[in-house]
Amino acid sequence: MKQQAPPISGVPGVTSKKKNRKIIQNWQLYLFILPTVLYFIIFKYIPMYGIQIAFKDYVPSLGFGGSEWVGFDHFIRFFDSYYFWDLIKNTLGISIYELVVGFPLPIILALLLNEIKDSAYKRTVQTVTYAPHFISVVVIAGMIIAFLSPTTGILNSFIELLGFEPIPFMTDPKWFKTVYVFSGVWQSTGWGTIIYLSALSGVDPQQHEAAIIDGATRLQRIFYINIPTIIPTMTILLIMNLGNIMAMGFEKILLLQNPLNKSASNVIATFVYEAGLLDAQYSFAAAIGLFNAVINAALLITVNHIAKKTSETSLW
Amino acid sequence: MDLNKINETKADKVFMGFVYVALTFALLVVLYPLIYIISASISDPSAVNSGEMWLWPKDITFEGYRIILQNEAIWRGYMMTIFYTVFGTFINLVFTLPTAYALSRKDFYGRRFFTFMFVLTMFIDGGLIPTYLVVRNLGLIDTVWAMVLPNAVALWNIIITRVFFQSTIPRGLEEAATIDGASNFKLFVKIIIPLSAPIIAVMALFYGVGHWNSYFNALIYLADRSLYPLQLVLREILVLQEMSSNSVSMTGGMAEFIHSQQQLAAIIKYGVMIVSTLPIIIVYPFLQKYFVKGVMIGSIKE
Repeated sequence: MKQQAPPISGVPGVTSKKKNRKIIQNWQLYLFILPTVLYFIIFKYIPMYGIQIAFKDYVPSLGFGGSEWVGFDHFIRFFDSYYFWDLIKNTLGISIYELVVGFPLPIILALLLNEIKDSAYKRTVQTVTYAPHFISVVVIAGMIIAFLSPTTGILNSFIELLGFEPIPFMTDPKWFKTVYVFSGVWQSTGWGTIIYLSALSGVDPQQHEAAIIDGATRLQRIFYINIPTIIPTMTILLIMNLGNIMAMGFEKILLLQNPLNKSASNVIATFVYEAGLLDAQYSFAAAIGLFNAVINAALLITVNHIAKKTSETSLW
Repeated sequence: MDLNKINETKADKVFMGFVYVALTFALLVVLYPLIYIISASISDPSAVNSGEMWLWPKDITFEGYRIILQNEAIWRGYMMTIFYTVFGTFINLVFTLPTAYALSRKDFYGRRFFTFMFVLTMFIDGGLIPTYLVVRNLGLIDTVWAMVLPNAVALWNIIITRVFFQSTIPRGLEEAATIDGASNFKLFVKIIIPLSAPIIAVMALFYGVGHWNSYFNALIYLADRSLYPLQLVLREILVLQEMSSNSVSMTGGMAEFIHSQQQLAAIIKYGVMIVSTLPIIIVYPFLQKYFVKGVMIGSIKE
């Protein structure tokens, strides 16, 4: 995030008297911000204070502070568990698959959309491809389950029509990641183009005119003018995606998960939900959540550092 | 003069052909499932199940919708969702607008401190379990407050709104108002709010759609079925019902409802997808315009 120009109060020479006058004059602005400050304290900072239960045996009656310390016991139990590597493998597997397939597609679609002039056709493509973004995750999961049903789903009707056996997409673990990733592509590719289209609208038309006069083809102009223009946007989004690699759309996974595909769909986030909220192992689940968050933060910092060194574009 | 047209080479023509083919392919891939849902919801169930109906409705029937509209759980869910959306969005605006305005004022001492306090939570976060425990310790479980307070404000929306205030409210307005003896509160209510209709619309839509579509908070904070929003009722019809033959136990009457309608189950499912998304479909033309604007504002600044 880019730093803003420092506010006047940061400029040396502004006396504290002036500062006090400013505070008094604008006292109502503090009332404006008070509810939000309270919100952040109660729903963000107190839970942050509550992370300590990852190192304790949380007993509700004793509260966050009063429960007994147990050190790294919960972490050790998690690392030694038989499902630890499965969770890591599924979490990373789904995220990387999603990144590899889902990251380039909005870029490609945006570059293609950018080639055609504003017209009813272009607006139709945009309106239709943006629409799935607004469908709720529950409806998306319902669509996936209905379309992919081996007996009544339309996709399997087509597969049978082509002379193949119906595929049990939702109950065969080896299909889970593909179903998750491609339903995400269907839902978000169109919407993902907006940010690139806005970057592409910043290309100086004179550059294109000069290139056309020099005899450059459209494809050459895409590669030498358009793509370089959106590289900073791509870098920022890539950093954010990589920094989130352990935190994918877990609400959708939770809906698509069933006992038969669980060997592929059990990820850290759904496991935290299950252990913490269904089994009430609060401290254990908080420890796993913390482990996940720490890996995420480390990844974000590392990737940002690499981006800064190699491309001059970075989040901070 | 269109240089593109004049200098169009053969390679360019082939390439443009490819562009149109690819875009049309994308269009059809996204459009097909949407059309299918609409058609399936009004077709004869056996034609839907057998795959005989694959594009346009077959043997049109509104039986599915009739049963949906008679179902009490769906109605109640609908009412609760409307309530959560309206009330939740109202709370969101009451939190977001004044905060963003205060942060947009250059003469607001402490704006950097508050911004830092808010932004920090994007990087460090208590996580699911501690947040849940805080909500529970506050006694919010199984109350409507659990549906609005834990998401009372979203940082990203504060940032977008602040950018709007900074870039559209003329500078000097504050000084002029102060000289005239108007308080900040008066200034905000009488002048800033009337100037901010576009951003208020964007924010109401952002937050409103979020409330309408969310299910997870309801899942973890509500056990009382009478408080269930539509999305949780949908989850029982669309997701759990499919798995009820496995280990997920069905709670309440939704399973019985679906089982009793075995014959119509298929088209009921497609029908509830439409019914639950209808309000979004109606506001979609506005959504698209304003949401795109919102994404743009967000991308310019950060």
